[in-house]
Amino acid sequence: MGYEHQKDFGTPKAKSDTMVSLTIDGRAVTVPAGTSVMRAAREIGGDIPSLCATDNMEAFGSCRMCLVEIDGMRGTPASCTTPVQTDMVVKTQTPRLEKLRRGVMELYISDHPLDCLTCSANNDCELQDRAADVGLRDVRYGYEGANHLVAPTDNSNPYFQFEPSKCIVCSRCVRACADVQGTFALTVDGRGFASMISASQAEDNFLSSECVSCGACVQACPTASLQEKSVKAIGLPERAVVTTCAYCGVGCTFRAEMRGEQLVRMVPYKDGKANRGHSCVKGRFAYGYANHKDRITSPMIRDSIKDPWREVTWEEALGFASGKIQAIKEQHGAMALGGITSSRCTNEETFLVQKLIRSVFGANNVDTCARVCHSPTGYGLKTTFGTSAGTQDFDSVMDTDVVLLIGANPTDGHPVFASRMKQRLRQGAKLIVIDPRRIDLVRSAHIEAAHHLPLQPGTNVAVLTAMAHVIVTEGLANEAFINERCDTDAYAEWAAFVSDAKHSPETLEPVTRVPADELRGAARLYATGGNAAIYYGLGVTEHSQGSSTVMAIANLAMATGNIGRPGVGVNPLRGQNNVQGACDMGSFPHELPGYRHLSDGATRELFEKDWGVSLDPNPGLRINNMLDAAVDGSFKAIYIQGEDILQSDPNTQHVAAGLEAMECVIVHDLFLNETANYAHVFLPGSTFLEKNGTFTNAERRIQPVRRVMDPANGYEDWEVTQLLANALGAQWHYTHPSQILDEIARLTPSFAGVSWAMLEERGSIQWPVNEKFPEGSPVMHVEEFVRGKGMFVVTDYVPTDEKTGPRYPLLLTTGRILSQYNVGAQTRRTANTVWHAEDMLEMHPTDAENRGLNDGDWARLASRTGETTLRVTVTDRVAPGVVYTTFHHPATQANVVTTDFSDWATNCPEYKVTAVQVMPSNGPTDWQEDYREQAERSRRIAGEMGAEGMMEPAE
Amino acid sequence: MSTSADGGSLPRLRYMADQIARNFLALGHDKAILATADHIDMFWDPRMKAMIFADDRAQLGPVAGPAIDYLASGLHPEHQTRATEFNKAGEVGHSDAG
Repeated sequence: MGYEHQKDFGTPKAKSDTMVSLTIDGRAVTVPAGTSVMRAAREIGGDIPSLCATDNMEAFGSCRMCLVEIDGMRGTPASCTTPVQTDMVVKTQTPRLEKLRRGVMELYISDHPLDCLTCSANNDCELQDRAADVGLRDVRYGYEGANHLVAPTDNSNPYFQFEPSKCIVCSRCVRACADVQGTFALTVDGRGFASMISASQAEDNFLSSECVSCGACVQACPTASLQEKSVKAIGLPERAVVTTCAYCGVGCTFRAEMRGEQLVRMVPYKDGKANRGHSCVKGRFAYGYANHKDRITSPMIRDSIKDPWREVTWEEALGFASGKIQAIKEQHGAMALGGITSSRCTNEETFLVQKLIRSVFGANNVDTCARVCHSPTGYGLKTTFGTSAGTQDFDSVMDTDVVLLIGANPTDGHPVFASRMKQRLRQGAKLIVIDPRRIDLVRSAHIEAAHHLPLQPGTNVAVLTAMAHVIVTEGLANEAFINERCDTDAYAEWAAFVSDAKHSPETLEPVTRVPADELRGAARLYATGGNAAIYYGLGVTEHSQGSSTVMAIANLAMATGNIGRPGVGVNPLRGQNNVQGACDMGSFPHELPGYRHLSDGATRELFEKDWGVSLDPNPGLRINNMLDAAVDGSFKAIYIQGEDILQSDPNTQHVAAGLEAMECVIVHDLFLNETANYAHVFLPGSTFLEKNGTFTNAERRIQPVRRVMDPANGYEDWEVTQLLANALGAQWHYTHPSQILDEIARLTPSFAGVSWAMLEERGSIQWPVNEKFPEGSPVMHVEEFVRGKGMFVVTDYVPTDEKTGPRYPLLLTTGRILSQYNVGAQTRRTANTVWHAEDMLEMHPTDAENRGLNDGDWARLASRTGETTLRVTVTDRVAPGVVYTTFHHPATQANVVTTDFSDWATNCPEYKVTAVQVMPSNGPTDWQEDYREQAERSRRIAGEMGAEGMMEPAE
Repeated sequence: MSTSADGGSLPRLRYMADQIARNFLALGHDKAILATADHIDMFWDPRMKAMIFADDRAQLGPVAGPAIDYLASGLHPEHQTRATEFNKAGEVGHSDAG
C-alpha cells in the first residue's frame, strides 16, 4: 500500500442538518450547508489545486490557486471561501482557469529555490505537486530579480527547522499557531514582497519566541520551509501505522511514519477522536528516549543493592527472581509480596500484573499511581454520582459557556485539550480559574479569565463551600434538576449546611484569602452563565481533603443542573496515558477488575473459575502502606512495572527506607530509574512503539496501541510478566494481547463488547460497551445518574495539619510543565531538556527580597521532612507566602521536602501543601550529594570498564 | 507522623483512623462511627486492622475509638456511603477510577 498522506479536504467539515445539492464538473454532489465548493469537489474525488487551504483551519483565500468558474457569478471566485449554494453549477477546469493558475504558479516559482532533487520535501511537496498539476513549463520572469533565496535558516528548535528561502507565505503556519494551537507565536512580518513569517519579534527565533513546539506549523507547511529535522536526516517515510501516544491522559492518536524499522516522525492522526489532528511537543517529537543510550535491554540481577549489576540471560534473571519470591512466600506468607502496576503500560499488561499478584503471588497488595493523583476523584465522584468515570468527552468543551478550572493547568498538563478549550474561550465562553498561581490561561492571547481566585493552598473546600453558599442563598440553584435527579433529603441537609453564615465568602475570606466580591462573582457566573463545565486536576486531589473537594465540586454541578448533556459536567483531567485503564483493570488493592470489591463472593468466584485459583477476599495494601509494612518488617518483595516511586512519591527518605527494608525489589522499566537504586532484579521493558495493546484515556476512550518495531529488549511488557508468572508455576499461554483483551471482556461487564477486531474496525470506543451501549457511551448520566439519584454530601472544611509557623512560614505547592513529563524518565532523555534543564523554585518578589534572593540564585528549601537546594525564579505568578516548583529532575529531590500527610479517604499524598522555609544557599545539600553518589554506585554494571579500569555507572 | 522507630506504623494508623473520623463528623456522631468503621472495613488490609484492633483504644478519638471497637468485635457495618458500594458480579454502574 505504501505511504500516503491522509486526505486533505481543504476546509473544515461543516456542521448542518440542511443539505445542499449542486453540480461540479457535471457531477452531482450533496453536502451540508456551509461546506466550501473546494471541499464539496474533493469529497467526490475532484481536486481543485490549492496552497493556502488545509482542512483543520478556516479558509484564508490568499494563494489564488483554487479559482473556479461558477455559472451566474462574476469573475473567478476562490473555491475555498465560496460556500455551496443549491443548484450551483461549478467548473473547476477551463482554459481561463488554467492560464490564471499557471500565472500564479509562475510568480511563486520565480522566488523559490529550484533544488527539488536534493530538497528534503522532494516528492512530498505541495508546491511541487501543484506546479505539476497546473502544467508549469517555464517561468517567464527569469530568476535575476530580487528574491528571498539567501534568507538564513533558523535551526534553533531541536526538532524542526525553518527555511525562509522555501517559504511561500501561504500563512498556514500562522493560522495553525493561532487557530489550532492558540499560542499566536507566529505572524507575517512586513507587507507585499517584504512579507516574511516571523516567530514573535524580529530579534527572536523559534526557540526564544513563545513557540511551544507543538508542530502544528510543521504539519501545516506545504513545502520544506518548516520541516522535521528527522525527515531531513533520514528521508521520507514509506509507511504509516496508527497508534496512541504514551504521555498524558488526552490520548492523542498519531501516525507513526516509518522507514523500515526506523521511526521517521510522529504525525497527529486527523481522525483521532481525542486530538482531532493536533499534538503537543511531547507526543509529536519527544520519542527519542526509546533509543537513548541509557536504555537497558538486558536483564540484570544482584544479591545486594551495594553490588554492581550483573547482566544475565532472561532465564537466569527469572530464575533468580522467582527463587527469591518463593523463598519469601514460604517464610513470611503471601502477604509479604506485592506489586505496582503501571499507568503507562497497556490495559492488557496492567491486567496481567494484577492477575500475577492476586493469583500467583497470592495477595491483593497491588496498587497503581492513581493512588498519588486521582484516587480522590474515584472516591468523591463515586460517593456523589455513583460512579467516578468522567461524565463527558473532550468535544463537550465546544458546547460550554462557562469553564470553571480548578487546580489544573491544562496548557502545560493537557496541552492538546487546552488548545480546544482556548478555541472555545476565543469564541466567547467565559473562564473562572481557581488556583494559587496565575497560570497562563488567566491571561493569554485573546483570552482573559473573568475571575481568578488565587486561594491559599489547602483551602479548596472552603472556597467551594463559599461558592455553594452564594448559589443557595441567592436562589441560583436549579430546583427542577435537583427534584428530578437528586436525593432531595440530602440536598436539604447540604443546602442548610452551606447557607450557614459561617460559610459566606466574607466570613471565609481570611481563611481562603480570596476577595469575597470576586468569589461571589465567580459563583454567580458558574450558576447563571449557561452551560457550565468544571475541569479539575491534581490541585484538587493532592490534598488532605482531596476526596472532599471532589465531592464539593460534584455538589456544585448537581445544584446548578450542570450534568448530563454536552457542554457541562465534572471533568477530571487524568494525567497518565492509561491511568483510567489501570483502574479499570483492577489495580487498586480493594477491588477486582470492573470495580467489584474483593469481599463480593460472586465476583471472586467468577475470577477463581477462570483463573483456576482461590483468591484472598481481604483488601491488600496501598503503596504507602506497603512501605510502612516494609519498615515494620512484614512486607518483603515487590514487582514494580513502569513506576518510579522513589522519585514520584512523597517523603523520599521514607520511600528509601521502605525499599531498603525489602529483600526482593524487581523493577521492570526502560531505564535504571531512581527506584532501581534499591532493586535486586532489573527486567528491561518495551516502549509503546514496540508493543500491541490498548490504552484508555481520560474520556474512557479505549484506543489501540500498535507495534511498529521489534522490542529492543526482546519482549513486549506483557510477555515479560507472563515469563515471570510462568517461572512461578503459572502456566499462562497468551500469544497476543488480543487474547488478554478477550479475557478482560469475558470477566468485566463494562468491557463486554470490546475486542481487538472491534477496535481495528472502529478505531476507538468509550466504555461501557455492552448490550445496553453497543456503540459505547460518550456522555454519562444523560437521563439519570447511572446509580439512581445524585447524592449531595456535606463537606466540612477541615484545615490540613501541615501548618506554617515561624520556622516554616511559606507554603510550597508543586506542578508540571509542558516540555517535561512527570518524573522526566522519558522527556529528560530527549531534546526537550532545552526548555527545562532543571526544576526552579518560583517565588514572589517580596518573599525573595526579604531573603536576599535574586533571580537564578541557589536557595535551600526546607520543610519539617527534609531539605533540598534548587535555583530561584522571582515572579509574581505566585502570591506572597506561596512558592512553587516542578519535580521533573531527580537531582532536585523535590519530594525530600513533601510530607506524609494525605487525603483522608484514599491516602493520595498532599503534595500541594508543604510548609517550608527558603534561604540562600551555596549549592546542593549533603543529602543531595549523598544521594547522587549512592545513585552512581548503584548504577554500576559489572563488566563495563572505563579508561582507568574503574567501573562506570550506567548513566 | 510517619512510621516511628519504636511504634512501627501504629502512630500512622491511629492518625489515619482519626482523620477518617474527622471527615465523617458532619454525619453526626453515631453515623460517623458507623461510616468510619465501614470505610476501614472495606479499605484496610488485615495486618493494619489487626494492629489497630490490638492497640490501646484510648489513643484514638471519640469517633475512631468506638469505630474500631465495633470492627474488633467482629461486626461489619452496612454501607454508610456509596463509596463502599461496589458493582456486583455482572454490574456496570460503579467505578472508583482514580
